[in-house]
Amino acid sequence: MTELEKKKQKDKRKFALISVCSLCIFFTVWYIATAVMHLMPDYCLPSPVQVLEAFIYKLGNKAPDGGTLFQHIVASLKVALSGYVLGAVIGIPLGICMAWFRRIDLFVTPLFDLVRPVPTIAWIPLMILWFGIGLGAKAAIIFVSAFIPCVINSYAGIKQTKPVHLWVAQTFGASRTKMLFTVAIPTAMPLIFTGLRISLQAAWTTLCAAEMLAANKGLGYMIQLNRSLARADLIIVGMLTIGFIGTIFSAGLGKLESKMVKGGKKG
Amino acid sequence: MEQNGRIDHSIISLEHVSKRFESAGRVKEVVNDVSLEVKENEFVVLFGPGQCGKTTMINLIAGLEPASGGTVTVDGKKVEGPGADRGVVYQTTALFPFCTVMGNVEFGPKSRGIDKKTRRERAQYFINLVGLEGFEKSYPNQLSGGMRQRVGIARAYCNDPKVMLMDEPFGHLDAQTRYMMEEELEKIWQKEKRTVVFVTNNIEEAIYLADRIILLTNCPTSIKEEYIVDLPRPRSYVDPEFLKLRKTILDNTEETL
Repeated sequence: MTELEKKKQKDKRKFALISVCSLCIFFTVWYIATAVMHLMPDYCLPSPVQVLEAFIYKLGNKAPDGGTLFQHIVASLKVALSGYVLGAVIGIPLGICMAWFRRIDLFVTPLFDLVRPVPTIAWIPLMILWFGIGLGAKAAIIFVSAFIPCVINSYAGIKQTKPVHLWVAQTFGASRTKMLFTVAIPTAMPLIFTGLRISLQAAWTTLCAAEMLAANKGLGYMIQLNRSLARADLIIVGMLTIGFIGTIFSAGLGKLESKMVKGGKKG
Repeated sequence: MEQNGRIDHSIISLEHVSKRFESAGRVKEVVNDVSLEVKENEFVVLFGPGQCGKTTMINLIAGLEPASGGTVTVDGKKVEGPGADRGVVYQTTALFPFCTVMGNVEFGPKSRGIDKKTRRERAQYFINLVGLEGFEKSYPNQLSGGMRQRVGIARAYCNDPKVMLMDEPFGHLDAQTRYMMEEELEKIWQKEKRTVVFVTNNIEEAIYLADRIILLTNCPTSIKEEYIVDLPRPRSYVDPEFLKLRKTILDNTEETL
């Protein structure tokens, strides 16, 4: 048993090494292609070293796009989180209610089906007209993008509840409300989290799109503005930051999921 | 119907019960005029071919489905819906995958709002009774098929029902585990006597466990024959009496198929 565990530990380290290798190779190839071979002009593809320099520069300087990296991050996070949290807080309960209460389902579903196929980006012009280019408009667009996957997945999750589980609860004398909370919602948990994950991705994507079109701060705005200045180094700094923050959020969500979703995905 | 005068109190009573399902304009008759009395602490096995309507009969007694005709009475009250006086043990998948063993077993008392200390003690007693001490914090996906079914039995017991309804609880288990669970169930039942209605399509299981076997016909099901099994417990699968009864019942069964 311990032998096996040791072997597992060893395997784990070995596999971690493979992942580290992939990153190393990526940066090395990038470095050789730019700093050594100069395959592309610097303003199109800077070397990793130049990007790192730009990153350090951007930590303390507002030029040329009007904000330090940190200010852009804060601006983006504010928008993304307010829209995302609002989408989840309204979307998940709505999806649950639609799946559990037939009348709500019948009432909401036609409206929802009409709204659902509209690409989130198509909401941007209307939202700008309504809320201007401040936080409100972007948060509203992100809300739409996060809200829809949350509704769909919590709906599907509740619908997965097995009749036999409801029977068991019924024979134990549980009321319908009790069954919702003790049987249906726990059953739906894995899919609710899938919804949260998809929403997060959607929110982050939409954020960048929205900031490219209408903003005066934020990571999306930063990479868009630097395109017009031909500052590829700063564009890449922005892109990597977006990727990095997205990864952190996914990891956090994964941690939360493993805490909240018990007993595996199947019984 | 055969009447047994020795035990006076009958706890489950089905009077001319029938059940039809209607779907897409077609009527399918599943249970046809079944009358049955089950006495207190009696172990009754409903034995019949697959798809004959045995599960429907369990659901009728459990109150999960209304009867189309006739009445079902449990403990003097007409069955009009599910209730805590009737515990049901289903096939393996009926455990809540998101609850631990403890969570599953205490689900019944918890639903009825019994305080934590009392229900924990009760649940622990039945977890120990089914031999799962030490597995309280495990989730169903970490248990074997036999262990899961033990949890199912403990869960039904823990709610202290008057009647236990078991719907092919060992149907998904391999032969070896199945024998073991049959022995186990008998021990548990000897220790904690309850009225049991047990559904199976396995003849050995039926004879091993039953006080009385109700042989059912094909769908729409009705009672074809009753057999009182008065072999001493625990029974042996190779006892000549056991084998004789097995042959008698099987000879009668094949005609219905």
